[in-house]
Amino acid sequence: MTARSVSITFAGSGGAGVMTAGNMLLDAAGRAGWYAYMTRSSGAQIRGGEAAAMMRLSTSPVQSHDDHFDVLVAIDWQNVGRFSAEIPMTSDGLVLGDPDGGDFPEQIGAKGARCADIPFKKMAKEIEGGRPNMIALGAVAGLVGLPEDAVLGVVRDSLAKKGEAARTASEASVRAGMAFAAGLPACPRLAAAEGQSERLWSITGNEAAGLGAVRGGIRFVAAYPITPGTEVLEWLAPNLAKLGGVLVQAEDELASINQIIGASYAGVPSLTATSGPGLALMTESLGLAVASETPITVVNVMRGGPSTGIPVKSEQSDLNIALYGLHGDAPHLVVAPNSLADCAFSTQWAVHLADSLQTAAIVLSDQSLGQSRATIAPPLDPGFRAIRLMPEGEAAERYRRYTNTASGVSPMAVPGMKGYQYTADGLEHNEYGTPSSAAADHSAQLDKRLRKLAVHDYGQHWADIEGDGDIAVLTWGSTTGPVREALERFRASGGRARLVSIRLISPVRPEQLAAALAGVARVLVVEQSHGAQFHRYLRAHYDLPGSVRAFHRPGPLPIRPNEIFRQLADWS
Amino acid sequence: MEATSTCPSYSARDYKSEVKPVWCPGCGDYSVLGSITKALAELSIPPERVALVSGIGCSSRLPAYTNVFGFHGVHGRALPIATGIKVSRPELTVIASGGDGDGFSIGGNHFMHACRRNVDMTYIVMDNEVYGMTKGQASPTTAPDWEKSKLTPQGTGINPFHPLVIALAAGANFIARGFSGDQNGTAQLITEAIRHPGFSFVQLLSPCVTFRPEQRDWKDMVHPAAVDPTDDPARAARRLMTDDGFNVGVLYRGSRKPFQPERQASVDSVADLEKEFVL
Ligand SMILES: Cc1ncc(C[n+]2csc(CCOP(=O)(O)OP(=O)(O)O)c2C)c(N)n1
Ligand code: SF4
Ligand SMILES: [Mg+2]
Repeated sequence: MTARSVSITFAGSGGAGVMTAGNMLLDAAGRAGWYAYMTRSSGAQIRGGEAAAMMRLSTSPVQSHDDHFDVLVAIDWQNVGRFSAEIPMTSDGLVLGDPDGGDFPEQIGAKGARCADIPFKKMAKEIEGGRPNMIALGAVAGLVGLPEDAVLGVVRDSLAKKGEAARTASEASVRAGMAFAAGLPACPRLAAAEGQSERLWSITGNEAAGLGAVRGGIRFVAAYPITPGTEVLEWLAPNLAKLGGVLVQAEDELASINQIIGASYAGVPSLTATSGPGLALMTESLGLAVASETPITVVNVMRGGPSTGIPVKSEQSDLNIALYGLHGDAPHLVVAPNSLADCAFSTQWAVHLADSLQTAAIVLSDQSLGQSRATIAPPLDPGFRAIRLMPEGEAAERYRRYTNTASGVSPMAVPGMKGYQYTADGLEHNEYGTPSSAAADHSAQLDKRLRKLAVHDYGQHWADIEGDGDIAVLTWGSTTGPVREALERFRASGGRARLVSIRLISPVRPEQLAAALAGVARVLVVEQSHGAQFHRYLRAHYDLPGSVRAFHRPGPLPIRPNEIFRQLADWS
Repeated sequence: MEATSTCPSYSARDYKSEVKPVWCPGCGDYSVLGSITKALAELSIPPERVALVSGIGCSSRLPAYTNVFGFHGVHGRALPIATGIKVSRPELTVIASGGDGDGFSIGGNHFMHACRRNVDMTYIVMDNEVYGMTKGQASPTTAPDWEKSKLTPQGTGINPFHPLVIALAAGANFIARGFSGDQNGTAQLITEAIRHPGFSFVQLLSPCVTFRPEQRDWKDMVHPAAVDPTDDPARAARRLMTDDGFNVGVLYRGSRKPFQPERQASVDSVADLEKEFVL
């Protein structure tokens, strides 16, 4: 039995090497020309607790999970039952575990999947320096049909620094696992790779966001750590330094956002990354960036909220604060990546838009995009750069920093430009920047700040639109992955439907959406939010044609393709 | 920052804008504006190479009254904005300014960390022991028994914050106290503060004649520091802990290395960074 996609979970206690096995499987699949996707889950412990690497290997690009897992391999069973809800399986699934690996969890047994033993401990003992996780890696590689060369190549490269003995032991462990797999019950084998001409990348969404940032021209970053946004900053720290840029660890998010406002005012494209609680602290100063027309980009990697919520799990519930969290009338940009790879594109585009429009941009990524790893075709640099309109030549008269142009964008001087001194201000001001509470100045500046976002040509990037038919699924962000997959199945079953995944959340594009939905009789809205924030946003800003259904639920469990498929199939 | 002989010379007027201050007649902040512009003229720094950042408050209105690059931000956040400017454009002369509420209350965390980070900039706090702009509430430097605020009619009953001691403990590299009424003396302090590498903190006693009219008497209470500035933090701590709050002059001069990250590229392009992703 061959399949175009196979899903596997490695699980085990802290120190069992689950993540190492997952990462190596991902890399090996990538080298063999398959696509791979991996999310991680861990227990409540800060470090060293039970862990699960949830993987999906596929013959075509894959950046989200399937409905079920085909294989669960537990290196030991300690606390693995805790992950049960995250590892849906059917009776076709295969559960592999060590009879000496502790008590078999009831929740796993309740799945009704087929079970088989792999005596990891015993097998490891028979190999000098043998490693159970490498045996598990070999067994899975054998089951799904990954070429031995690809797996051993990754093992050799990863352990190059660990010395000859460690490498030989791991290679022997992988081979033992592969040999053992031959006697195990069958599970779907992956169809042959569709020969990739280029070498794939292995990257996380958070790394991709960092890459998009520097591609866009970001050279100053202020950082305050918070899960799951931290890794954007951690990728940027060494890489910005290599580019001659600077990252400063700030004392809190109030400082980080104001540091980037300062650096941007000084002429250097600037960004910070955070997650919900940090975004909440930043909102006052986001308004400052809007009012003072200082371009900045904030990448917000969403997690379960409110308050400290569920830091390590995904949710699309910061939409409201990103859209409406600023006091006053404060038009700004909200851009949402809709796949792991799109974190690079969307962040770069946001940086470009922020600088072009001299305003604040919020990039709404989430934990499931940011902390997942995938092998992807190398994303080309789309060429967006942070380029600002600046005054030219000698300043003739007193500089009007906030001059009321037709486009709403006014030339922005930076310190050092002689004759162009001005004071940037969060107080309402006149065209010179001088504080003013006059009604005429207030409405002129409000209009200007709204107009510059309204009249800009955002091109085709405002949304991804695919397919046709009189049913449309409207979604955004990470739920786009499972929606895409559900639609493929729906089409395969004879249905016709289109996908509209909105990337430019703010400003809204009512005319474009109306065109995208022309002829639609039914609209299904899909999102991962308890309060249906996206649905309410659509209702507030757009006219949705025909009948509308909202499918929304909170995290932490990901929305799976079959849930969406059922919504479509059952709606008749 | 040293003036070079090739620089054109400037007068204090070159650093003033046409904007008329909103301050009450007699407010100490007028004179601080004069001292800052005098100091810049003394240093002969071209106006376009100076960035002056403030928060919110009467005192924080100052940047718009100057002819340098100004940033009037939100309440309490002048220091992080100044940090972002200086770290990304180290060739600029960066000054942050504001009030005691702005700097020690809502912005207190930034104050400590700016001292500790020691970026080469100057922080001028116009201390009037009151929230002037919001019409007279107690600030962190207000005496515990000041009963004139509607918000704390019995006084705050809490000990005032000692900004100079905190600055020293947190690692500021230069600490001075001045009195706004002495415009030339204060200009001199600011000049020295700007020249001194690292984070320089200048507390300026600047009377709020509207909500603290008794501060008009400050002119009779201030006196020059009896001894020369020290570079010994322990000695400085003892002096600051025991002074009467009216001791003006440079009180501490440290020699800690300023924070300024390298900005030297080691790769030619972003494409060079992408290699780490290739399988
Ligand atoms: C976030 C926020 N909280 C409160 C205020 C109101 N506010 C404006 S100025 C100020 C205090 C100013 O006191 P200080 O910094 O000592 O300046 P002064 O007016 O005395 O010069 C306050 C509380 C504000 N602008 N922003
Ligand atoms: S209220 Fe006080 S601090 Fe504010 S301008 Fe008037 S005198 Fe100055
Ligand atoms: Mg005050």
